[in-house]
Order: sequence, then structure tokens, then C-alpha cells
Amino acid sequence: SSHEYKLNFRKSKEACLSYIQDALLQKQWKRAAEFLTCYVESLEKDYSREHVGPSEMIWRIGTEILWHHSQSSMKDFNCFMEQMKTLGVKRYLKVCLEHVFHLLCNGQIDEAYQNLSLAESWRFGEQTAIQDKEMKLIEAYRGLLDYYSWSKQKNVLLEHSEDGFSDLAVEREMHSYFRKAAVNLKEIIKIPGVWDVFVKCYVDLLEFYGDHNEARQVLNEYAYNSKFPANPNAHVYLYQFLKRQGESKKSLISALKILHDIVPSHELMIDFNTMLQKSKKRKKRRLGLEVIFAVLDYAGWKENAKAWSCLARQVKKIVTSEKHLDWIKQEWNSRKDWWPAFHFSRYLAKRNWQENRSLSYEKALVAGILLGKDCKYFKYVSHQGCKAQLKRFRMLKKFVNRHNPVYLRISG
Amino acid sequence: RDFNERCAQCSEVNWGLTDGGRFYCRSCHNVTERTREVVNTDFITNSRVQTISKGLRKQENNDGGCEWYICEGFQLVLKKQAEALEALGVCPQMKDEILCNFWRCYLQKSKQAYCKRPAGETVKALSTCESSTDVDSDPERPSLLHLLSLSESEGDLQTDCSFASSVSKVSESTSVYSGSVDGSLYLMKNQKEQLRMTMPMTLSFCYMALLWLREPITLSELLRFVVEGHIPYLNVFQHFPEKMKLCGLDLRIFCVESWPVYEEVFNKMHELAAFLDLPRFPDITESCFLHPDMLCMKYLMEANLPDELHNWTCRVVKKIGIGEVDFLTLMPGNKSTRKVKYDVLAAAVIVVVLKLLFLLDDHYEWLLSEFAEERNKNNTEGGPYFEFKKWYEVVKQSLDVEQKKLDEERAKYLWRCEKPLFYSVKNKSKVLKRRQMVVNLQNQFGKLSGSVQRAEKPNPSSFQLRWSEENTNGSCFHGHSLKGVLQEKCGLLTAMNPDYWLCTVKLCNEKLCGHLAHYREVEFPQSYHFVLGLFSFLLRIQPSYIHDEVCMVEHKLFNKKLYKKLKYNTVLRK
Repeated sequence: SSHEYKLNFRKSKEACLSYIQDALLQKQWKRAAEFLTCYVESLEKDYSREHVGPSEMIWRIGTEILWHHSQSSMKDFNCFMEQMKTLGVKRYLKVCLEHVFHLLCNGQIDEAYQNLSLAESWRFGEQTAIQDKEMKLIEAYRGLLDYYSWSKQKNVLLEHSEDGFSDLAVEREMHSYFRKAAVNLKEIIKIPGVWDVFVKCYVDLLEFYGDHNEARQVLNEYAYNSKFPANPNAHVYLYQFLKRQGESKKSLISALKILHDIVPSHELMIDFNTMLQKSKKRKKRRLGLEVIFAVLDYAGWKENAKAWSCLARQVKKIVTSEKHLDWIKQEWNSRKDWWPAFHFSRYLAKRNWQENRSLSYEKALVAGILLGKDCKYFKYVSHQGCKAQLKRFRMLKKFVNRHNPVYLRISG
Repeated sequence: RDFNERCAQCSEVNWGLTDGGRFYCRSCHNVTERTREVVNTDFITNSRVQTISKGLRKQENNDGGCEWYICEGFQLVLKKQAEALEALGVCPQMKDEILCNFWRCYLQKSKQAYCKRPAGETVKALSTCESSTDVDSDPERPSLLHLLSLSESEGDLQTDCSFASSVSKVSESTSVYSGSVDGSLYLMKNQKEQLRMTMPMTLSFCYMALLWLREPITLSELLRFVVEGHIPYLNVFQHFPEKMKLCGLDLRIFCVESWPVYEEVFNKMHELAAFLDLPRFPDITESCFLHPDMLCMKYLMEANLPDELHNWTCRVVKKIGIGEVDFLTLMPGNKSTRKVKYDVLAAAVIVVVLKLLFLLDDHYEWLLSEFAEERNKNNTEGGPYFEFKKWYEVVKQSLDVEQKKLDEERAKYLWRCEKPLFYSVKNKSKVLKRRQMVVNLQNQFGKLSGSVQRAEKPNPSSFQLRWSEENTNGSCFHGHSLKGVLQEKCGLLTAMNPDYWLCTVKLCNEKLCGHLAHYREVEFPQSYHFVLGLFSFLLRIQPSYIHDEVCMVEHKLFNKKLYKKLKYNTVLRK
């Protein structure tokens, strides 16, 4: 019929869903439950052509309600999840996995483990092959829980060994957990993805058992294989590992390069700059300057004295040597329009002086070089410093005054 | 076991049963979703047809089912509906005589019964209908009586017809599966020729009978009672006897998943009246509930408008002649007269009167309201003058509340019922499982719904909005005076408002585009839209439907002026 406004089953359920949505957004769990009760009969209607069918809706909405509703118990929740598992075989493993997550959030590690094991043994014709990805995840999480058990056993062992005991049973169990965990964790990290927690645990295991080569390979793959999504943490893990292994500065630096590209404001950039500054290679020192300037572009670092001290040190070195002033000029070029207001306003001068003298000292040095001795920041801070008769501020004033022509060359 | 399918994984047929009652393949341990119930239903289709001549009417099948025909089903539906109407206060005549006879007439005309060679099936004499053969010898209905006597003289229904040949056609083809004998045949019938019966049509039958008896229920009320559950419609098949098994194509016929719409039922009713060759219906006179004067009074009360407006509606009704018996009474088959929608017409008249007195152009009515307000403040004796603004605020508030409730109810409708529906025996177990799960989930989440109990069906009432004069907060406007908007001219009371705007200068051709006018909210004043919305809510129909009727009334009212002059102006001076 051409009557589009006719109220029919479909429209009625659509309206019902929008009421549920409103209730969920406003955290009105009772109201959401009320409408969900009316919605569930959609299961009896065929929605096979729709993208998201009622069974999936009910699973997701029901999960939210049961998780948050004050009168809902874990027992109700589990019972519901079991029902949802039978509702759609195409979704079986996904539901299992999410159920496991909830159990973990609730601290029920053992139940989670049981569910994972059960899910692992699930077979259903061609569905098993189709849901291969979910299966890998399930195996990976079981591996994770195995790691967790291994970790517990390891701590017990360490305690005992401190006390002078040696416990073979614990040790055996520990090794068995290691084997189980390693197998599954290794599998999942082969697939391109973001697997931070799995990688960390796996590397921890490898390191404990002394397989550093494997660990290094894993971390390299994770950081450098282009099939994997760009992930700053991958580089952080690799760097930390290399540091633990006592690798050369060269390899440490190379590990942090990409991190600088992806996350210029990362906290490791300080370490990076420190290493680069000290390098004998000119390119590296140049990069170091670039890195530290980039870090201070970010508001989060404005008040970080350490960062400023890095920059100040490097700037001072360059100015004193009178070599490579063009480096500063290049870096300053794109910043001279906004850094003054961003970092070196008179207000900030006052505040920095009051709150953090070291910070103001470092900043004043940089300001003095970049903006000249007559800039607001430098003038205020150096004046305050000299008034307070602090030696280093007098030194600072002398230094900047001596090198004032530099400023002219930089800004010109 | 009896399960002979090949395993999906290894193609073997080597099944065992798990603890959960599921089949698993002993060769590859593939567990299926099939449970034992599937295998055991040895359902035989209703293919065992015994000819009527052997006298075995309701043949019992293995599963306790019997043969039944679609029209029997509809007959049951009508019976239930008539009983419900009787419970609402409609006179018993409706069920026992009127509806019955209409139905019989229909069966005969559509050749489903009461004729020499029915098109494939017959109907057991209406044992389910409590009518007797002694029909009122009412001179007003000669044709029906005639029909009845004719049919009875044709001999014993039960043995007369030979239909075995046509029926067996149905039973052999397994693809057209239905619980009834003639489900598939029924759906294949040409709709137009024989006016095939549908669920919405049952309401047309009811309305027709109500109209014949001039009962005080309008079509919009009838439909509202249906939606509120006082008249069986949705899932009415649950009341079919156990033996009448419903499945397959029957579902397409008896299961509805939408509420019928006014136009649908209305138009069908008229088609039906013509199809049945009914004579002129009993006269709708001034004392009838359906007369515009009466209905206007009711709607004015419900809309919380002053009683004094009734004088005006009566004047308009009289002026345009829509109170005449010949206009109001239904003459089936007469294509030249416009079919009267009593409720919509009354609403339209009220809207026109409001426009006459208040103009409703989003300016004038507020101006008048201000004057009235001033007067009411300074002069508290002699009863208050009607203030449009106050009325608007009061009514809007109530309307918003009721509309919100209605919207929520619509979202909360439960369409399914306990009686399971399945298209074929194959998915019976799946259907039952699903139903079980739905019930479980309803219980689980129902408990979490808090103290909100599903309210019992409210008692059916004719009035949806009630205003009491006893309320001291002045929210009832029935007694308010229209003096503020009227003036005396040459001894006659006329409106102060000198202007009027037509909804449309030219009416559309209803036969071409289905409407007299096309309503778009943005093109009309907000006040007008509000008033339309109010009646739209009360009658549960689209505002455009009322708008059409308003156009019609206006054109009748300003007939002369329209034809004489002012082709371009849309504002007329009265």
C-alpha cells in the first residue's frame, strides 16, 4: 500500500530501538530494559537482508544493560551470554570473546580461562574456517592468561629461592605455562595488527629464558614490518629492549628515529635528543636540534624544565662554537611567528619565575639567544635573577649580552 | 535414528545424539543444531480430502487437525469482532443479524457459498454464527431476506456441491502449503473481480454493519479500539479452535503486521457495499450520532472549545447542506455522490469555524486573545471570555503528554502472540525454539524494567481528552464566552474577523491524484497546523486527510464567491 505512515511491525521496532538508544545514552537502564523487552520479539521475524539483525542488536544492547543495571547479577549476565551464543552461529566466537572480556573485567580469571578453552574446542563445519580470526584471538587471550599464570609461578619461585627453597613442582608448572603461552602468543603476533600486550608478554617470556635473538626478531618485525599498522609503542618496546641489552648508541638512535616521526612529542624524545647531541656525527646533532625543537612545539612540554635544558644546552654549544648557526636559523624560521607568544610572553616570564626558577633560567637563555637581550622574557627573568643575586643569572646575562649579534643574524 | 541427512562436514550418515539432544556425526564429530524434535514430526499435509457427500465434514488428521477453509476462518474473525463490539455496547442485532447477513451475502456474491457451483470450496452452514433462520422481516431490507430464502430453497448445503475435483488440485501440490484446504487457491484469486477477503476488510464489514445500524461509533473510533486491543484483529487467529491448524500460506492471509489505515478500511467498505448490491442505508437524520451537529458537539467538548461554537458549526452545516439526509445517507453504488466521512467532516467543520472566527493566520487570533485577556483581567463578573492563547497552552500541554504516551506505546507494541506460526513443518522446531528464547528474554529483561508494570488495557472510552469544569485552575473552556470575538450587526451576531483565507484556491481532481489538496506544513500558519494536529491526534489520521476535508467544506461555503470573482486573491471578505 502507498500509505507510508502506516504503522507496521518494522516501524514499530525501529521506534522501539530509538527509545532504547536514548535510554542507553542517558544511562537509564531500567527504561532501556523496558523497551528491550518489547523489542526481543523481532527475533521471530526474518531480517536476513538487513546489515545488523535483531539478534546482534539484542546481544549488544542486552550486554550493556546487564553490565550496568544495578539489579543484574553476574549469574544473569552469564546466563544471557550463553543464550546469545546459541542465537547466531556466525557470531559464536565473537560472543565468546566478549564474554571473556567481561569476565576479566569482573576479575573472574578462572571462568574466563574456562570459557576460552571451551571456545577453542568449538567446531562447526565451515564456520570454523570462516571465524578463523576470532579463533586466533581466543587462542591469543588464552595464551595471555597462561602468561599470567606463568608470571605468578615465577614470582612464587623467586620468593622461594630467596628464602632458600627450591620448588621443583612450581618450576615445572611454570615451564608448562610458558610453553602454552609461547605457542599462542607467537601465532597471533604473526598476523598484522596491534598486539602490544601480546608482544610485551611474549618478549618477557623470551628474555627470561634467554632467547634474545628471537625477542629481537619479534620486536623488529613488530616495529618495521610495513604490513603492520604504524604503532609508536612498537618502537618504544624495541628501544627498551635494546637498552636492556646494552646495545650501542647507534642502534638505540636508529630505534627511535621512526618514533620521532610518528610521535614527535613522545617522552623518549628527551633521551633521543640527549644521545643525538652527544654524537660525533654532524647529521645526528642536526637531527637532535630538530627533535628538541619539535618537542617544545607541544603544549604538554611547555613547563618541562628538562626539555628546555636540552634545548638550552644545545643552543649554547652552537652559539659558543659559532658553527652551524644556520641550523638554529632554520629551526627558528617556522617558529618565530608564534613561539614568542607561546613561550616567551611577559606573563609567562612572571609565572615561570615564581613557580620554577630552573625552568625560567633555561627558557631565558633560549629566549635571549633567539629573541635578543631586549626581549620581554629575557629582560624580566635576568633582571629578577640579578636582583636575587643569583650567580648563574648574572652569568646568563653576560653570556647573552656577549652573543647578542647572533640574534641579529638568526632573525635577519 | 530417523535422521537421514548427510553430514555437512564429511557427508556420512552416521548420527548419534549428544547430551543436549543434538545430533552429532559419529565420523567427524560435527555437532549440528538439529534437535530430535525435527525428526519426529511426521506431519501429513491436509491432503486427505474427503468429499462432502460422504458426510465427513471435519476429518481428524493424525495431529488432531481438521479441514477448514479460509472463509471459515474469516467468519470466526468476524464473529469475534462482533462479540467484542457487543461487549462495548453495540446492540446484539449487529452480530446476530446484520453482520451475519452481510457476510452471507458476500459469500454468495463471491461464489464461495450459497450458490450452485462454488469456485472450489464450500462452507459448512454457519453453525458458528448464532443466527437463526427467522430474520426480522424488516421491510427496509427486502433484498437480503430474498437472498436468504433463495439460498435455503436450494437444498441442503452439505450435500449439494461437488467440489472434490477443484480441492484435490490444492492438496497434491506440496509447494503451496497451508493448513487450510484452500489457502493457496485463495491467494491466487483475482482480487478485483471477486473482492477477495482480507483482514482489513473484516473491519470494513464491521463498520458497514455499524453504519447500517447507525451505532454511535465512528470509523476512527472503531480503528482506535482495534489498536487499543478492545476489538480482536492482531493475532485474532489465536482464538481459532485447536483443530484449525494455521500454517504456510494461511499466515499471509490471517497474520497482519500493520495497523489498518482509515482510508483503506473506508474505501473498501464502499466497494463492499456496492459489490453486495446493498440498498440505500438507513437514514442519517439530525438525531443520529453520526450527524455533523452531534459529532461537532462531541469534538468541541473533546477539544476543550467553548460550547457556544456549536451554534456556528450548526450554521455552517446548514449553509452548505451537509446536514441533509440525502447527503449523509449512504447510497451504495452511486458514484456521483462523495462518500461521507462523518468524523473527518465534523472535524473539518470545526476547523473552518475556527478560521471564520479567529482567522488563524498566526496574528489575528493572538490579537483577539490579548483583548480578551485584558477584558478578563479587569472584569471578572459575567464569566470569562475565551482566550485563544490560554486555550492553546492548556490543550498543547495535554496533547503533548498524550502524544508522547501514544508514541511510546507504538514503540512498545507486541505483535507476536503465544500461538506459534510457521510456514512449513520444516521450520516448526526452529520457530518454537525462537519463541522460547523470546519468552526467556522477555522474562529476564522484564524483571529489570523496574516497577513499571505493563498497564492493564485501559477501559475503552469515547473521549480521549477530558476537561472538567470543576477544575478551579480554569483549564476548562467549555463555558467560556465568545463575546470577545463577536459583534452585533443588524441584529445578527457575526464574527469580528472580517477576513478569511482559503486553504486552496482550486481543488485537485480526487480521481487523478487521490486528494483534494496537498498539505505541507510549512505553507500554512502554525495555528492552523496546531488545530489540524489536534484533530489528527483525536481521530488518529494524518493531518492532510483533515485538510482535504477542510478544503472541501470551504469550497462549498464560498462556492458563489469563488465562481464570481477573485481568481487570484486568496483572501476573501465575507
